[in-house]
Amino acid sequence: MRSPRWKILAGHLALLALSVAALLPFLWMLGTSLKADVEVFSPRLQLFPARPVWENYPRALAYIPFARYALNTLFIAALSAVGVTLASSLVAYSFSRLKWPGRDAVFFLLLSTLMLPAQVTMLPVFVVFKTLGWVGTFRPLIVPAFFGSAFFIFLLRQFFMTIPQELSDAARMDGASELDIWRRVMLPLSRPALTTVALFTFMGAWNDFLGPLMYLNDDTMYTLSLGLQQFVTQHGAQWNLLMAASVVMTLPIILLWFLGQRTFVQGVTLTGVKG
Amino acid sequence: MRSTERRRNLRALAAGLAFASPWLIGFAIFTAYPICASLYYSFTRYDTLSTPHWVGLQNYMRLLTEDELFWKSLRNTLFTVAFGLPASLVAGLALALLLNMKLRGMALYRTVFYIPSIVPTVASAVLWMWLLNPQIGLINRLLALAGVQGPGWLTDPAWAKPALILMGLWGVGGSMIIYLAGLQDVPRELYEAAEIDGAGGVAKFRHVTIPMLSPVIFFNLVMGLIGTFQYFTQVYVMTQGGPQDATLFYALHLFNRAFTDLQFGYASAMAWILFAITVLATALVFRTSARWVYYPGEMRQ
Repeated sequence: MRSPRWKILAGHLALLALSVAALLPFLWMLGTSLKADVEVFSPRLQLFPARPVWENYPRALAYIPFARYALNTLFIAALSAVGVTLASSLVAYSFSRLKWPGRDAVFFLLLSTLMLPAQVTMLPVFVVFKTLGWVGTFRPLIVPAFFGSAFFIFLLRQFFMTIPQELSDAARMDGASELDIWRRVMLPLSRPALTTVALFTFMGAWNDFLGPLMYLNDDTMYTLSLGLQQFVTQHGAQWNLLMAASVVMTLPIILLWFLGQRTFVQGVTLTGVKG
Repeated sequence: MRSTERRRNLRALAAGLAFASPWLIGFAIFTAYPICASLYYSFTRYDTLSTPHWVGLQNYMRLLTEDELFWKSLRNTLFTVAFGLPASLVAGLALALLLNMKLRGMALYRTVFYIPSIVPTVASAVLWMWLLNPQIGLINRLLALAGVQGPGWLTDPAWAKPALILMGLWGVGGSMIIYLAGLQDVPRELYEAAEIDGAGGVAKFRHVTIPMLSPVIFFNLVMGLIGTFQYFTQVYVMTQGGPQDATLFYALHLFNRAFTDLQFGYASAMAWILFAITVLATALVFRTSARWVYYPGEMRQ
């Protein structure tokens, strides 16, 4: 059942045209990041400069304490990823493999929290952290991760349900505790799903803007999102440097996406979570 | 006999609750308590420095009768719900249909279209400020090549919202992936059966693809609705609500009230109105969904 040749050709043409539209902004970003200051405003439409100014990159990274912001972001994102994955898998184990009275009602409660607008809880949670004296530290951005995330608990539960019950039963016969089964049976068997959760949490924390904006007020503790935004207000006219900084902030995420892509697709296909 | 059963039941409950405890504790601190507190704050004057002062319905009255910006931000948000959301739903579906064809190099195409949606929000906001720059931005330069004088985009109140919608279309990859997953689940036999009945391309799309995809469309619609009401980071970075409040969206207005003016009670009332609107809109979608969402596992009346 092959498609007719004109259909294949039309498909390729449409996809190529759209690919250009999707990639052109990136190329424009990359090109601008390599232009000399005067070239940025040149009326000639030119994607890449004839002579790339590589010094824009060190200059951009020196404009703001870039390395420090990157380390701050990495710290928050890595700990969040560990926290969410660990906690969500524990909770998902309870909802998929343990039978207890009231379980289904509690699971429904968990699903319904997905509908709540963040704004409703945002202000009281801020007051809680303020009362604890945590505003101005990384704690409000990291500690909540260790309580799990409803969406990822749901995703991992779907995944755990596909793992044969016989495996846990056999382990139980050998005298394994539920914690052992979670650690030695479920976790090793669900690596694609766990990687998906960790990857998405890491990317989410890396990209997060509102959280750091609310909780960090000392500019030595800023994340890359806040640093880049500082750039807009302070050095708005330096488009080439701003674009260079954006490229550097985006690169790790695209790299991570490429590395995790296969695992991620597997995780999504196997869990069947897609609405 | 019965007491051992009860003991076992109790043990199961203890184990279940122990494993679920991270989320249960988190739910209490980050959801249950905040909901109650937020409702209480919404009836108070509260700057987080002194204790809340009860004012009854005053915040709500002021919002509805005095705050011009409240209505403006609501109108701006509804504009995006009415135009931006359908545009991105259709664009995501169209792209997914293209990417579902059997063509060589499809994995590469799929990656190309997904990448814009993984770019950090702030980085893409900054990039688009540059693309939309009236004099030196790429978009107006391309328009100039075609002999069109481009608008001021983010500096022109009439064009600022369409500019943000345009930018949103660039990041449509997220919903595209979900459509794609749905498309790959449509059984081939249905298309073959339709072909035997003499259905052409359009008929197959209308009578097989759309019904089979309706749960996914519904999911994207609800998620898009909730997301659009909370649209924040892009406008905070790009326009701060300007020009002339044309991009002052609801979530931005709420944030300013809370963290710039330190009116936490007032902002809490705004959050509750947002919650009510979200629930109402979602309920409306759910209501109509019975008519157009088709679940394969379910018999239709």
